[in-house]
Amino acid sequence: MKVEHAGWQWTAHVVLIALSAAALLPFALLLVSSFTDEQAILQHGYSFFPDKFSTQAYDYLLNQSSEIVRAYGVTVLVTVVGTSVSLAITTLLAYPLSRRDIPLRTPLAFYVFFTLLFNGGLVPTYLMYTQLFDLKNTLLALIIPGLLMNGFHVLLMRTFFMTSIPLPVIESAKIDGAGEFRTLYSVVLPLSLPILATIGLFQTIAYWNDWFNGLIYLTEPKLFSIQNILNRIMTDIQFLSNSNLGSAASQGMAALPSTTVRMAIAVVGVLPVLVAYPFFQKYFIKGITIGAVKG
Amino acid sequence: MIREDLHEGKVKPMAQLTARQEERTWPGVAYARRLGRFKRFVPLFLMMLPGLVYLLINNYLPMFGLIIAFKDVNFAKGIMASDWVGFKNFEYLFKTRDAYVITRNTILYNGAFIVINLVVAVAVAILLNEIRSKLLSRFYQSVILLPHLISMVIVSYLVFSFLSIETGFLNKSLLPALGIGEISWYTEAKYWPAILTLVNIWKHAGFYCVVYLAAIVGIDPEYYEAAKLDGASRWQQIRAITLPLITPVITMMTLLAIGRIFYSDFGLFYQVPMNAGALNETTNVIDTYVYRSLMQLGDIGMSSAAGLYQSVVGFILVLVSNYIVRKINKENALF
Repeated sequence: MKVEHAGWQWTAHVVLIALSAAALLPFALLLVSSFTDEQAILQHGYSFFPDKFSTQAYDYLLNQSSEIVRAYGVTVLVTVVGTSVSLAITTLLAYPLSRRDIPLRTPLAFYVFFTLLFNGGLVPTYLMYTQLFDLKNTLLALIIPGLLMNGFHVLLMRTFFMTSIPLPVIESAKIDGAGEFRTLYSVVLPLSLPILATIGLFQTIAYWNDWFNGLIYLTEPKLFSIQNILNRIMTDIQFLSNSNLGSAASQGMAALPSTTVRMAIAVVGVLPVLVAYPFFQKYFIKGITIGAVKG
Repeated sequence: MIREDLHEGKVKPMAQLTARQEERTWPGVAYARRLGRFKRFVPLFLMMLPGLVYLLINNYLPMFGLIIAFKDVNFAKGIMASDWVGFKNFEYLFKTRDAYVITRNTILYNGAFIVINLVVAVAVAILLNEIRSKLLSRFYQSVILLPHLISMVIVSYLVFSFLSIETGFLNKSLLPALGIGEISWYTEAKYWPAILTLVNIWKHAGFYCVVYLAAIVGIDPEYYEAAKLDGASRWQQIRAITLPLITPVITMMTLLAIGRIFYSDFGLFYQVPMNAGALNETTNVIDTYVYRSLMQLGDIGMSSAAGLYQSVVGFILVLVSNYIVRKINKENALF
C-alpha cells in the first residue's frame, strides 16, 4: 500500500514537471531569442542556448520606435477605460436582475441569456459598427464591439448577488432611507468584492489580449494597440521602419534587426501578464471554477 | 439560475411573498400603491438601461442584420434598401468546394479538440489530485494554466520561433540533430492538423484541467476511506469512484462543447498559421472563411451567407445538445 502510493506520487510529479516545462519552454525560447545577437539567429536560428547575447533589439525599441510606446499607451488606456466601464454596466445590470421583487424579471434575464445562444456573427456586426455607428478608425472601436459587456458575466454576477448578499441587509438599508443607488453602492458592492475582482480580472485580460477589434476596425496605425502592432509586423516587419521613416532618414538609422525585434516586441507585450500572473493566479483559478460550475 | 426563472413556479412564491409583505407595510389607497410600486422600481430600471442598450446594439441588431444574407448588398442604395435575391448567395456558397472544406475542417478540428482536451485534462486533473503538497499542486496548476492567459498573437510568435523556415528552432536545431532535412512548415498543409491540435491542447488543456480538478476535489473523502478499508488499489479507486463521480461534469462540459462545434477559435486558425494561403486546405474554418471573404475579398454576399449558415446551424446544435443534457440530468442543463 505504502509503496503503491509512493509510486503514484512519483509518477504524478514526473508527469506534471514535464507538462509544466512544456508550458514554459516556448516562453523561454521567446525571451532568449529577444536577447540574442541578430547574426547568431540568422546563422543558427532561434535557440535556447545562443552563441552570442545582445540587447540590440531592446536598444532599437527604446531609441527608434515611438510606435511601440504609443501602442503601449493605447493598450493601457483601452484596458483601463474598457474594464472600468464594463464593470460598471455589468454590475448595474446584474444587481436589479438579482432582485426578486423587480417586475419583468424573467423576460429581462432571458434577454441577457439569449445573447449567449445566438449571435449575428461578423458580417452584420461589422457593417453595423462601421456604417451605422462610424466606429472605423476610432479608439472606441477597440473598446465597444464585442468586449464591453458579456451576458455570461452578467449572469455570474447576478447569481453571486442572489446567493451571497443576504436579503435583510438590503431591506435594512432601505429602512434606513437609502435609495437604490445608495444601497447598491454602499451596502451591496462592499460585500461583492470577490465577484467584482473576478470579472474585473477577466475583462482586463480580455482587453489586454484583444487584437481582433483592431484587426477589423483599424487601418490607421496611430491607433494600434500593442497586439495590433505585433499582428501587423508578423507578416510585415518593415512596417516598423516605414512608419518611422521621417526620423529614421534624418538619423541614418541602423538596419532593423528584424528577427530579434519581433521577439522583443512580443516579450514586451506579454511581460506584464507574466509578471502579474503569480499575484492573481489564485483569483483566476477561482474564477474559472465559479464560471464552470455556475454557468 | 436561468432554469429557475424559466420554470416560473420556483420564483413566483418568493415574489408573491415579498409583494404580500409590501401590502402590509404600505397603507394607502389602491392607485397610490400602484403608482408607488412603479415609482419604486424606476431607479432599478435606470440602472439596467446602459447594459440593456449595449446588448441591443452589440447583440440584437446584428441578429436582425443576418437578413443581408438574402440581399445583394449595394452600398450606393444603402444596405437595407438593397435588392432581395432570395437564396442566391447560398447557392453560390454551396456550389464552391470551400463550403465543404470549411465545414469539414470546423467539425473535425473541434471534434478532435473535444476528445483530446477531455482525455488530457481528466488525466492531468487526476494526477494533480494525487499530489499531496498543496503548494506544489497549486504551482503545477498555475503553470499549466499560463498559456490560457495569453493572446493568440503571442501564441503565433511562440509557434513561429519553433517553425520559422529560415530561423526556427525545429529546422535549425532539432531536425538536424535528428538527421532530418528542413521542412517548409508554412507552405505544407499536411502538417497543420497536428500542429493546430497540439497548440490547442497547449493553450486550453490547463483550463479544462482546473474545471475537472475542482470536480474531483469536491468528491466526499469518505468514499475513498471506505474503498481503502476494502483494500481497493489506487487505480481501482480512480475507476470506481473518481471517474463515475465526475461523469456529470464531463458530460456537461462535452455537450456544451458539442453545441459550439460549429464555432471555432478564430485566433487559432488565423494567427497561428499566419494567414498563409497555402495552408487553406487544412486551416480554413467557417470563421476564417467569413473573415477573409468579408475583409480581404469584400464579398458581402458570400460571407454573410456563410455567417448565417454558421449562426443557424450553431443555434440548432446548442438547442439539441442542451435538450440531451436535460434528458440526462436536468440540473446540468443551461435552460
